[in-house]
Amino acid sequence: MLSYILRRTGLALVITVLAVSLLFVIIHMIPGDPVSTMLGPKASPELRAALEERMGLNEPLLIQIGLFFANMLRGDLGIDVFSNRQVTDIVLGQVPYTLTLILTSIGWSAIIGIALGCYSAANRNSFGDRLTGVLSVSMIAVPAFVVSLYSLLFFAVTLKWFPAIGAGEPGDFGDQLWHLVLPSLAIGLSWVGYIARLVRASMLEIMGEGHVRTARAFGLPERWITYRYALRLAILPTVTVIGVGMGFLLSAAVFTEIVFSRPGLGKLVIDSITTRNYPVVMGSVLFSTLIFVASTTLADIINALLDPRLRSAR
Amino acid sequence: MPDTNVLDVKNLSVSYSTPRGDLKALRNVSMAIGQKKIVGIVGESGCGKSTLISAIIRLMANNATVHSGEILFHNSNLLDFKEREMRALRGIDISMVFQDPMQTHNPVLTIGQQMIDIQYRDKLSKSKKRQRAAEMLSLVGIPDAQARLNQYPYEFSGGMRQRIAIAMALMAKPDLLIADEPTTALDATLEVQIIKRLEELQEEIGCSILFISHHLGVIAELCDEVVVMYAGEVVEQGSVRDVFHSPAHPYTAALLKCDPGHIKEKTRNLPTIPGEIPDLVDVPAGCIFQDRCSRKVPQCQVKRPLFEAVNEQHSVACHLNNKNADDSDHKEARG
Ligand SMILES: Nc1ncnc2c1ncn2[C@@H]1O[C@H](COP(=O)(O)OP(=O)(O)OP(=O)(O)O)[C@@H](O)[C@H]1O
Ligand SMILES: [Mg+2]
Repeated sequence: MLSYILRRTGLALVITVLAVSLLFVIIHMIPGDPVSTMLGPKASPELRAALEERMGLNEPLLIQIGLFFANMLRGDLGIDVFSNRQVTDIVLGQVPYTLTLILTSIGWSAIIGIALGCYSAANRNSFGDRLTGVLSVSMIAVPAFVVSLYSLLFFAVTLKWFPAIGAGEPGDFGDQLWHLVLPSLAIGLSWVGYIARLVRASMLEIMGEGHVRTARAFGLPERWITYRYALRLAILPTVTVIGVGMGFLLSAAVFTEIVFSRPGLGKLVIDSITTRNYPVVMGSVLFSTLIFVASTTLADIINALLDPRLRSAR
Repeated sequence: MPDTNVLDVKNLSVSYSTPRGDLKALRNVSMAIGQKKIVGIVGESGCGKSTLISAIIRLMANNATVHSGEILFHNSNLLDFKEREMRALRGIDISMVFQDPMQTHNPVLTIGQQMIDIQYRDKLSKSKKRQRAAEMLSLVGIPDAQARLNQYPYEFSGGMRQRIAIAMALMAKPDLLIADEPTTALDATLEVQIIKRLEELQEEIGCSILFISHHLGVIAELCDEVVVMYAGEVVEQGSVRDVFHSPAHPYTAALLKCDPGHIKEKTRNLPTIPGEIPDLVDVPAGCIFQDRCSRKVPQCQVKRPLFEAVNEQHSVACHLNNKNADDSDHKEARG
């Protein structure tokens, strides 16, 4: 198991390096020039040159990437040109908000989705199964920003059950939780449907396999067979999908953070893109990438914990 | 006599619903297993052997339906049992070794865990259960059993998994063991070993065995009686001696001729019975074997032969068995 974790983490590092380099290149190709944004179009050539020098923009691209990595390893992602603060500090200040939002969303939707999927598979073609099916498909079809807007209007503005904006008082856990309800509903809702469908399909497949028949032939209780013998296998594809889905969750979080005026990476990215604040854009996208790579890696490791065959593969 | 039987299957008919229509996989199948007897079932692939045993333990495919018949286990009809009653029986009174050893075990739990789980009804400590599992594994010839309990199914070869399946099935000392081709994944020497072991264990436990195999030599070695199936029907049954030495059905005779054990010269192509199993969705009238029969008589096309005794322990469904073919109308009316 340890060797699997090491191998998988090594792979994750390689992926991170490639992805970050690619990001660096892409951001460089965005039209518009950070120096004129910062100094205004009428800046003197000397000033421009000095700033370009400071930001390392004169160096060849490869050197810039190399420098970026070297600095990154020291935790230095550059200085925000507007506020003069460390980009790392700015981004790290926002990461917890987004992570909390994403994890809460995927947490509640996974629990409900898995339960619904198991129920549907166990009661295949029953009324409940069909109802779950219809509901799931409708949930999948509604985009997160639509849920955000309508839940905001209905539950926050009309009914006033939940707060409409912000992330709650710092330090007040209950208040923060209260502020999480609507945004995580918006992000998680389509995942409930998606996971329910996925779990149902893989449960049905697994329940038809020979080893389940063996377990039944030994008279094991059906509940036991479902949850101990089948679910453990049926959950594997769902874990992978959630791991990869972190990318979608992050982009859903961008919309949701804006609609609910929540602090977070999404809001930071949008704000810094509109102001052409490249170091901050780069920093927040970098952290998103790290979150994504970490979550896919974690998903693979969880799967390997669940399935011994994956551990031993090569 | 019937009350001494462990299992008595009477006129069982099972079909599968398919897009083409009902596939009549078993038609009027009757067979019995006496106490401490080993009964073999032979027949080509697709003749309904697995369907029969899945009906006995009532773990059938979703699209299967039992149309008629009885499955008497110690004289109570399993087809009337509630699912809960059936579950109480499985693994204790009747246990199973399934056909495909690669699919038999849960891939993500250790063999030890699975062998402990199936003892869930016993009020023993976990280490006692583990001990018992290890003993059982040694009995079927798996060396270093204690350590092997910690391994996962994928770490065992097909033959070992099959032996593990046998060990699991015998652990609760069932009254009836049903084994669906339990030796197909084994090589010849191992097969002999396992058959020997199975005989010893049967002797010790005192159970009856329903043993399915393609391999006639194994049936001859192990079984007391044999049931020959063809395309969803029983065509001949009797003591191994009678059926193998003087087969009364042309199908049995043809099977015996094709058995690799009977062939002396080395050949690459094993002989097979020419022709194919008839379509079970649209079952033709008359004898089910007529298309492939080398000894068919005009009657075979119109009339289904009835099961009749050759001698006390041997019966067959074939028109040739009637010494006087004209007499058969009379006999059918009687039957
Ligand atoms: N779930 C199913 N749906 C439709 N047809 C089926 C199903 N299971 C089996 N059959 C058909 O029923 C017939 C009997 O199948 P069965 O598996 O009982 O044969 P078998 O004697 O066990 O063959 P083998 O020696 O290959 O295991 C075959 O024609 C098979 O195609
Ligand atoms: Mg079979």
